[in-house]
Amino acid sequence: MATAEPTAAAVQAYGLTKRFPGVTAVDQLSFTVQPGEIFGLVGPDGAGKTATMRMLAGVMSPDAGSATVAGFDVVRDPEAVKNHISYMPQRFGLYEDLTVDENIRFYADLFGLNRRERERHATRLLEAAGMAEFRGRLAGKLSGGMKQKLGLTCALIHRPRVLLLDEPTTGVDPVSRREFWQILYSLLRENVTIVISTAYLDEAERCSRLALLFKGRIMLCDTPEKLKQRMPGKVLVVNSPKAREIRDRLANAAGVSSLVLVGDGVHLVVDDAERRLPELRRSLATASIPFDAITPSEPTIEDLFVAYVQGQR
Amino acid sequence: MMITGDQPASAVSVEARDLVKRFGEFTAVDGVSFSAARGEILGFLGPNGAGKSTIIRILCGLLRPTSGKATVAGFDVAAKPEIVRQHIGYMSQKFSLYNDLQVIENLRFFAGLYSVPRNLVDSRIRAALAMAGLAGHERDLTRTLAGGWKQRLALGCAVLHRPAILFLDEPTSGVDPISRRLFWDLIHDMAASGVTVFVSTHYMDEAEYCNRLALINRGRIVASGAPTELKRHLSKGALLLAKCEPLGPALELLRYHPDVLEAAVFGNALHLTVRDAGAAIAALPQFLAEHSIRCTGLREISPTLEDVFVELTGGRVRDAEVRPE
Amino acid sequence: MSGNRLIAMARKELIQIRRDPRSLLIALLMPIMQLLLLGYGISLDAKHIPVYAYDQEGSQDSQALLKRFQASEYFNLVTTVDNYPQLADAIDSDRCKLGIVIPFDFSERLRDTGTTAVQAIVDGTDDNTANLAMGYARAVISGFSGEFQRDWLARQGLPVGGGGPPVSVDTRVWFNEDLESRNFFIPGIVALVMALVGALLTSLTVAREWERGTMEQLISTPVTPKEVMFGKLIPYFAIGMLDALLCLVMGVWWFEVPFRGTLFSLFTTTALFLIVVLGVGFMISVGIRSQLGASQIALLVTLLPTSLLSGYAFPIDQMPAPVRAITYLVYSRYYVTILKAIFLKGVGIRALSGPVFALSVYAVAVGWFAMRAFRKTLDQ
Repeated sequence: MATAEPTAAAVQAYGLTKRFPGVTAVDQLSFTVQPGEIFGLVGPDGAGKTATMRMLAGVMSPDAGSATVAGFDVVRDPEAVKNHISYMPQRFGLYEDLTVDENIRFYADLFGLNRRERERHATRLLEAAGMAEFRGRLAGKLSGGMKQKLGLTCALIHRPRVLLLDEPTTGVDPVSRREFWQILYSLLRENVTIVISTAYLDEAERCSRLALLFKGRIMLCDTPEKLKQRMPGKVLVVNSPKAREIRDRLANAAGVSSLVLVGDGVHLVVDDAERRLPELRRSLATASIPFDAITPSEPTIEDLFVAYVQGQR
Repeated sequence: MMITGDQPASAVSVEARDLVKRFGEFTAVDGVSFSAARGEILGFLGPNGAGKSTIIRILCGLLRPTSGKATVAGFDVAAKPEIVRQHIGYMSQKFSLYNDLQVIENLRFFAGLYSVPRNLVDSRIRAALAMAGLAGHERDLTRTLAGGWKQRLALGCAVLHRPAILFLDEPTSGVDPISRRLFWDLIHDMAASGVTVFVSTHYMDEAEYCNRLALINRGRIVASGAPTELKRHLSKGALLLAKCEPLGPALELLRYHPDVLEAAVFGNALHLTVRDAGAAIAALPQFLAEHSIRCTGLREISPTLEDVFVELTGGRVRDAEVRPE
Repeated sequence: MSGNRLIAMARKELIQIRRDPRSLLIALLMPIMQLLLLGYGISLDAKHIPVYAYDQEGSQDSQALLKRFQASEYFNLVTTVDNYPQLADAIDSDRCKLGIVIPFDFSERLRDTGTTAVQAIVDGTDDNTANLAMGYARAVISGFSGEFQRDWLARQGLPVGGGGPPVSVDTRVWFNEDLESRNFFIPGIVALVMALVGALLTSLTVAREWERGTMEQLISTPVTPKEVMFGKLIPYFAIGMLDALLCLVMGVWWFEVPFRGTLFSLFTTTALFLIVVLGVGFMISVGIRSQLGASQIALLVTLLPTSLLSGYAFPIDQMPAPVRAITYLVYSRYYVTILKAIFLKGVGIRALSGPVFALSVYAVAVGWFAMRAFRKTLDQ
């Protein structure tokens, strides 16, 4: 991995480690995030995402390793960094018995904003989030998507340099999720660096760069495009109502490294698409198994994950 | 489990006709009709508050519909909820299992709960352990199991009484992809042996495993069909992926281009919705170059389920007030 | 310490208190209810003790004696019976607490020998009432005795004054002249209420933020532990002082407990006590990150010691020595002493320097520990 100038990088982690009784949640994690990037920490539950975010936010201390965020050493002096970052934990940090406005005011006061500044930013953010008319509503009475946007608004009110978001889209509907990402993208213009963790592998593709985590370690770390290029093999999708029969027929075919039954067909990885495609077609035709189409497809982050783990074995 | 071949599609195992459920002034389910055949995996896709959980609770006999009718395994859910419950299994997301019990203790508990006939308990428990890959781990505390194992154990517990219909509530969100595939293999096997599976989720990756999907928003089904079928459904036009440099200005520019219906950032590129893919691919690079923007890649991509969902819900999810589900 | 952040925390806490009906209930209604319940419910006085009489003689003298019992406000002469079994049965079935048996030769012996005896049977199952009943009965009878003696002397034509005992005791009760146990109780109840309300309310405040997940975000901001503590406790301090005022008004105006001290001494000592109580509640809240656990510990640590060992109900000097030693650790003990002194004795702070000093030491110690207790980290 290329090493950037220490002062230039927005976030840097070296050998971050965190142990809990019975499990090493974060195992010697090292990565770098450039200013203005949306960096994803992607992985299933238990991969170490939340523990890593907490260490970066200075609310949990690592057992080993170091990290700098926005130029500050969070391990040695966690308090110093807190004026320059915003951390949004999984439960959004909202006070359900306070209104939208009261929540914003509270966080603005914590960061020392004066009334004018607060009003200016709040109006802009709430309008962008489509929440301007809900200012008087209790936070507890907002829908999941709105709560998420309010949490983000509170996090952004003081214009932090680095934004740490721990699984902010969990349980949120697709429409709100999309709107949320639009807000994140608009922040790039203001050169805010964003580190976002998620268990939704499809969300990984929305990041500028991502690190795939599993059991406390980074498996892969690069841009989504480059990661897909590194995919061993090509993905083919077969559409058919007779998915199970296709699976039985093709599971051990030459060149097929993995095969997954999906709802309306079969998803396979072959070593060489051009060569294998006609072979597979012929095989199915011979067995008189009907299918609508065999099409090459872009590998998903999930394909990458599975291929990598299988390759490790 | 053995694969016994496809079931006759005419064997409808769950049917709902004009289901309506109102909570006071609030209409949670607004005239929903669907049917599922034996051995089918049907997915309800939609945001929280859309009515998924309410529909499932009606089907489980936990809520009475305000109007309309639903039959599960041939029994009317409003008239005979007790019998309906004997024929269904339910597995919720973050689980039904007791973390401080051993694997075997959880299994015995659920066997008792579902009144599994005493002479069958041992063999069924053994089958569940085998299915979950936990043979030999009976005495492990459930708390110590990794995510994927817990998932399979929960599934095993939910089917001890061999229900005809299985309800899954976001069974694999947060689970690693390998465990997820193992889990869904099991589900597909069950479906092959005739179990009808209902899945409720708003996790797109999970929705792909369903044979058919019903997209639900605001108490109504807005679309239904196989995943691939739905993905072709983007009625507005075609989806393009554009790699441009610099990205920000490119977005601003393309937003107002006459051929472009929608433009949004996606990762390090742009997603554009255009009326005519061919024409756009031909015209846009030149257009961008005229404004000093380099276009390094422009190709058509297939829409995702999320794209379809967003379009079909008109971008407006149920309004911001939280209501009872 | 940033004033803005402190005010922000206090303001938020106040809004949350206002919107949480349970907190409001505890803060305002509970003190009133406690005062009413305990004020009316507990009385170590005995009045209208039910009495059954078995008058074997039925003479003018015996009737005169019984009339005295009837007239006394401490007794309520319910009825007369004709035999012992009836009397015994009445005591057994709790229809009376005292049985008076006047022997068949009562007035005969009085006139012949000059002395006679009356039998008083007391239900001793309630030790306190039994003692009082016996004491009052003796008083009534000695009153009758004295009057009888005077009449007799007068009829003999002898001077009346010489009939009394050689040495008499002239008792006066200071500070609680009516020996109204209520006067003795209510200041103590105030202490109980304050300890309970203060610790219970504050014990929930930090625990609630941990449970709801807002604490995690809070500690990622620049707010300091001192700002969190003071910001959270200032509203509860204000509520506590309000409760003290409420209790004072109720005690004096409703229960007519005398208040002879100054408002200044009351409120300064109350403020001191509040600091201790709030500090304890805060520490509980920080130590236990669940609301249920925190409230249970708060009740354990405040209700139990205060009701049993603070001297509010059970006098400390009646306790065995080891237990008495323990009471020195119970901070509410000092406040109860102070309250009783201020209400009933009307002394100033100088005379109370001992307990005030003890409370101050407590306040400083608790404050010091409380500030150190809260750490901005998720690690436990």
